[in-house]
Amino acid sequence: MIRMIVQRLLIGVFVMWGAASLIFLIVRAAPGDPATVLLGPDADRGRIDELRATLGLDRSLGAQYLSYLGDVSRLDFGESHRLGRPAMDAVLDRLPATIDLTLTATAIAVIVGLTLGLLAGGRPGGPLDRVVSACTIALQSFPTFWIGIMLVLVFALGLRLLPSSGVGTPQHLVLPAVTLSFPFIAIIARLTRTSIAETMREGYVRTARSKGLTERQVLVGHALRNSLIPVVTVVGVQVGALVGGAVIVENVFAWPGLGSLVVDAVANRDYAVVQGVTLLIAGIVVVLNLMADLLIAQLDPRIRTGAV
Amino acid sequence: MIPAGTAREHGLTKPSPATDGPPLRIDGLVVDLPGPRGTRVRVVDGVSFDVPRATTVGLIGESGSGKTMTAQAILGLPPEGATLSGRLLWHGEDLIAADPPRRRAVRGREIAMIFQDPLAALNPTQRIGRQVGEIPRRDRLPRAEVSRRVVELLDRAGVPEPKRRMRAYPHELSGGLRQRAMIAVALAGKPSLLLADEPTTALDVTVQSRILRLLADIQETEGLSMLLVSHDLRVVSHVAERVVVMYAGRVCERGPARDVLRRPAHPYTAALVRSVPAVRTRTALADPLPGAPATPANRPAGCAFHPRCPLARARCRGEVPAVREVAPGRWSACHFAQEVLGP
Repeated sequence: MIRMIVQRLLIGVFVMWGAASLIFLIVRAAPGDPATVLLGPDADRGRIDELRATLGLDRSLGAQYLSYLGDVSRLDFGESHRLGRPAMDAVLDRLPATIDLTLTATAIAVIVGLTLGLLAGGRPGGPLDRVVSACTIALQSFPTFWIGIMLVLVFALGLRLLPSSGVGTPQHLVLPAVTLSFPFIAIIARLTRTSIAETMREGYVRTARSKGLTERQVLVGHALRNSLIPVVTVVGVQVGALVGGAVIVENVFAWPGLGSLVVDAVANRDYAVVQGVTLLIAGIVVVLNLMADLLIAQLDPRIRTGAV
Repeated sequence: MIPAGTAREHGLTKPSPATDGPPLRIDGLVVDLPGPRGTRVRVVDGVSFDVPRATTVGLIGESGSGKTMTAQAILGLPPEGATLSGRLLWHGEDLIAADPPRRRAVRGREIAMIFQDPLAALNPTQRIGRQVGEIPRRDRLPRAEVSRRVVELLDRAGVPEPKRRMRAYPHELSGGLRQRAMIAVALAGKPSLLLADEPTTALDVTVQSRILRLLADIQETEGLSMLLVSHDLRVVSHVAERVVVMYAGRVCERGPARDVLRRPAHPYTAALVRSVPAVRTRTALADPLPGAPATPANRPAGCAFHPRCPLARARCRGEVPAVREVAPGRWSACHFAQEVLGP
């Protein structure tokens, strides 16, 4: 168990290194650099070169990379030249709003997705299964921004029940969180359905039936826990993807989270902020995956005792 | 939705032992399964036999003979899409006509089943004790009482150190111990009929005979009826007092185990007996059965065994033989049973 945690943490360090290197290359591969963006297209050559030297962009790519890795390993994520403050400070300022949004969306997705999956998987091929399948395909097919705009049209502009954008009250959270949760609901529901339907064909489920239990007792008492194992794995991975999906939703609803910060930073070639956001999200994904693995070990004694 | 108490109440009103006749009488059981392209395959075709009180009946057949399907039909858990007809008389009550709550009430508490592969049949995420104690726990017995019952049941099934083993997960036990735990699970509802579907097939050879002896011992001391389903003639001949031989979904022969195996009244039984290598006598190699077993999906016309039968003649190809009494207590579905039996 401890070996597993140490192993996963080591892998996590590698993942972080990979993410740091990739984003370092990607931001620099994009045309234009911070100096030209800051000074505008009409600035003269000399001033641009001067600023490039101040920002350290005149050095070779290799030298920049090495000093960047050195800084990151000391948890120094650099200055945002645009905001004039440490990049990570700006990122951490925006983090709570994104966490509120993604956690709420995750909670909605897990509750609704599991319920739908259970209803559908309990009787595969039944009428409920068909309805749920149709709904999940629809949820997965519509793009998030479109769902967001439709929800705003109906609930904010049409029924005037909820605010269309901004922050302040819990009501402000509803529409963005629901929008963000939709594709995630679909993923969880479909996976739960398949997993439950598969588990219900297992030998131990037949044993449970042979004890004279009702289908509901068999489902809750025997099939549920075992069929949750693959679901937990996917939820762990997908919550990370949700943080990415939040970028779009935050822009639709003017939600002041990482999403709007990073879009702004990319547009302005604010390397330090883009790198900081990326590393933070990568770190969150690593931690969430570790938590998912620990939860699975809790659900499955065979993994706990190292039998599988 | 059925009120929660109903199943329990059914379970407590066990039929009185004074009822006449065998506890289980199978009368013309037919099981149809969905086949390819909307067809129906008759996997059990008019099977009839009794399981008398406190007796072990061996149900023998090759794969595809319908023996497992018969056991699943008795338990009331046939594969999805199966349709049952005929009668399954449990103390005179037809279980095929019974409603699902009644069926559930019988399952586990009057008729219990031991499955072939204990690793698959036990829940990997629950401790053995929890699985053995499920029926007592659902009966709302106090915890101390449930765990006392679990220890008692594991002990009865020959699990050493039951207090410690009840805390183990299935993967932490050996195959033999797992099957013993499975037997404890089956005994937990105090059934009066035990269905054992190839209970030793998945086990090491050295463990097989011990599990068989345990089953025979439990059957005898608890006065249970047992239906032992097996493809292995030797397994059946060790424990069963009566045997039923099935081929391609039909009964070929039934009668007292010793007589049937010593002097078969059906060519298929005779061929089966010849195919078993005799270990002690070191005689010639066993005679394997010629040809491939018929499957219910393409069952030959007439007697299903005729393409592999040394005695087959025109009548066998055209007429399905009825199961009839060919000697006192001996039933055979061969047109020429007298010839097989000999003088």
